Amino acid sequence: MKGLQTIIGFAAAIVCGVVMHTQAQSPKGKYANVALTNATIETVTKGTIQNGTVLIVDGKIAGVGTNVSIPAGTAIIDCKGKFIYPGMIDAGTNLGLNEISAVARTTDFNEIGEVIPQMKALTAVNPNASAIPVTRVSGVTTALTIPTGGMLSGTAALINLHGYTPDQMYAGFEGIVLNFPNTGRRGFFDRRTDDDIKKASEKALASLNDVWEKAIQYQKLDSATKGKTGYYPELQALVPVIRGEQTLLVETNTSKDITAALKWVKEKKVKKVILTGVAEGWRVADEIAKSGIPVITGGVLELPTRDYDRYDKAYANAGLLKKAGVKVAIKSESANNNYRNLPYHAGFAVAYGMNKEDALKAITIIPAELFGVADKLGSIEVGKSATLFICTGDPFETKTNVSHVFIDGWQMPMVSRQTELYDEFLKRDPGVKK
Amino acid sequence: MKKLLTLFFSSLTLVSVMAQVDKGNMLIKNGTVITITKGNLEQTDVLIRDGKIVQIAKNIPAPAGVRVIDATGQYVMPGIIDAHSHIALDGINEGTNPITPEVSEEDVINPFQIGIYRALGGGITTVHAMHGSANAIGGQCETIKLRYGNFDPDALKMEGAPRTIKFALGENPTRSHGEGSGIVPRTRMGVEFVIRQAFSEAKEYSEAWSKYNKNKLMKGFRGAPPAYSYRHEVLSDILNDKIIIHCHSYRADEIYMMLKVCKDFGIKRIVFQHVNEGFKVAPELAAQGAMASVFSDWWAYKFEVYYSTAYNAAILTRNGVVTSINSDDAEMMRHLYHEAGKTQKYGALTDEEALALITINPAKQLGIESRVGSLEVGKEGDVVIFKNHPLSIYGVPMFTIVDGIVRFDREKDPDDMRLVVDPKQTIDNAMLRDKDSDLDHCMEGAEFILDSELFNANKQ
Repeated sequence: MKGLQTIIGFAAAIVCGVVMHTQAQSPKGKYANVALTNATIETVTKGTIQNGTVLIVDGKIAGVGTNVSIPAGTAIIDCKGKFIYPGMIDAGTNLGLNEISAVARTTDFNEIGEVIPQMKALTAVNPNASAIPVTRVSGVTTALTIPTGGMLSGTAALINLHGYTPDQMYAGFEGIVLNFPNTGRRGFFDRRTDDDIKKASEKALASLNDVWEKAIQYQKLDSATKGKTGYYPELQALVPVIRGEQTLLVETNTSKDITAALKWVKEKKVKKVILTGVAEGWRVADEIAKSGIPVITGGVLELPTRDYDRYDKAYANAGLLKKAGVKVAIKSESANNNYRNLPYHAGFAVAYGMNKEDALKAITIIPAELFGVADKLGSIEVGKSATLFICTGDPFETKTNVSHVFIDGWQMPMVSRQTELYDEFLKRDPGVKK
Repeated sequence: MKKLLTLFFSSLTLVSVMAQVDKGNMLIKNGTVITITKGNLEQTDVLIRDGKIVQIAKNIPAPAGVRVIDATGQYVMPGIIDAHSHIALDGINEGTNPITPEVSEEDVINPFQIGIYRALGGGITTVHAMHGSANAIGGQCETIKLRYGNFDPDALKMEGAPRTIKFALGENPTRSHGEGSGIVPRTRMGVEFVIRQAFSEAKEYSEAWSKYNKNKLMKGFRGAPPAYSYRHEVLSDILNDKIIIHCHSYRADEIYMMLKVCKDFGIKRIVFQHVNEGFKVAPELAAQGAMASVFSDWWAYKFEVYYSTAYNAAILTRNGVVTSINSDDAEMMRHLYHEAGKTQKYGALTDEEALALITINPAKQLGIESRVGSLEVGKEGDVVIFKNHPLSIYGVPMFTIVDGIVRFDREKDPDDMRLVVDPKQTIDNAMLRDKDSDLDHCMEGAEFILDSELFNANKQ
């Protein structure tokens, strides 16, 4: 009887799937209590469990181990020979804000203005962005989506890669983005003279100090008047950072700029800070470690920043920072929506010196901790959100396939436009008459 | 100009002239030899003499005076070939006209670029140094070997490699010329037209010369020769399959168009570059013997790559198209082995198939498969030695050897590998990647067009 039900259920699922397929951009997720059995479980925080079970009930992890009792009626996915990992977190994307980078009207990450912290990424996240399914079928389940451009570019948001409204996707963290005045060059189109770069950077720092001073004054007024100071959106947006309630994400890359940023943060007594980018972090790793400020670095697959640097410095950077005692998360960084490559960025960090365990943490529990959501995400532990994936081997290896993805207990359809094109065109019909 | 340059450089130093003929001797001991064409050989030695592979066998005794590298526990594979790159060049786009076959990258090779050494660090030994994609018919390209350390630009050229030329379809030529300069092509219709027009004129040109050459032998002939045009000489060579077309393309419709143009003009040798939607016309590509050189997974950076799939290489391979994976990028070229590995996730290619994408297949596309692209006796001594399997994420190139000479040694090389120091460059000059750039590398050097008033007016 149970077998028959399963068959009927399965057939119904197929029919539903086909119907959905023609109606929506992608098939629906499934929500059910499910036990993932016989798996090698990489908990990240509590070691590896061989031949174990992960029990998902009401979207949460209800049991982990070799001795989990499975309630009657729970669906079972046999994971024999497979591995379970917590969903990977890419701490630096513009997912949902960017459809095609060269087509301006499809990009929403770059509002006009130098000081616009009030611009909220979460507002503009398109839940149906084509890159979202492409990313999540690879096991990347959660992403920080970041506005760029200007100095204080806006408010970044942590989102889960499933949901129908930005609020459904919201994963519990927002942070203000500061592009710290920089003295590096942005690609081969940046043909400014050294002098112009220096001047621009000095001007930007003066302007930043000016804004910050205003924000501090505004915060005092705001406290004194109990929030009745009038409408100053950009200053209002900075108040939680000034009060040490919200994180400031400070993007900075060259060694000199990193040093300057550390000094600035100390001077201004900014309490919650994460450094992002940090391409030349290895050059000043001890200094960063001493400050105790954590780092989100990447992409790892980059060129060295200077001609005279060793060829593999970008690959080695994350490992060198970690070695110096810095708390390091790894992001993928991509101009072409390839956030699915996050595990390969971590893998390259390992190939060039980082401890494998640390690299895995750098894309799971560390970003979860940095964003204050480690009670829900980043590891396989009882009570946490069932946001995880099942795969055939080491997720850093390109041979490995991801077979299942769960986000908040929702089992994701393992399709994206890229898999659909494969299915349609592998054996095209009609082909060519021979 | 080219001759002048050659003269200048060859008179510069005797050392550089000697470097040009520099070929090495080497014995690589006891590695897992991945031949590509003849399977894997465990615990096997490879002997290189005078820059060529002379023996692949177990327990080859070391000849006197030959350097021995112990590759025990490591993987020995042929040097990786990138069929689409713009490194080692001082000029990429002659963006002044939609048709510029008269220019050639061989005149602007820059042997000093640090990018050459960095590519060696990723196991690359041969590179197709290409003209950019601003023009429908761009300039001629140069196949080079990464003989880093030479000061003579000519020392990098792969002597005797077939001539190749860059073509470009779609957004880049239409925005450069239609939008940028207000001349045809502004659309894909225009791109087809300017190519057909150029070929038709070249046909007339070579017919006029044939007629003249025939007539001038006749008694009493008094006609004048047709006007000489290097542009039409090059185009005629394309029509006669003396030059391989490497055609930048993305969308299936434009690929299909170019296949028809080739058919109509009797052109047999064409390799499509990027060819993101090649998977949609894979049967047509295979039927015509056209080849494809693709990205592993790049997409979504502009509209014509929006409907891409990372399964492209697998679909093309399964349909019988000779396919390679290229970089078009100074960073990505450092890990083409990793890019090839992605075809195992996206389409389950075997190790042999995946590694062919970066060795023997690009060699076929450049017409150099009898010389490089596999480890076989008689072939050139271009070898990479990997710690861990090259398709593993943990694979790290340890030695890169070109013509039997070690050009990269991970353990021994110093950090700073520049050949020269630019006195104008400040020590503090850091180059960061432009994350939000909407321009691809193929358009380097065409900025002057894209910054033009007309271009910006058209963009509104």
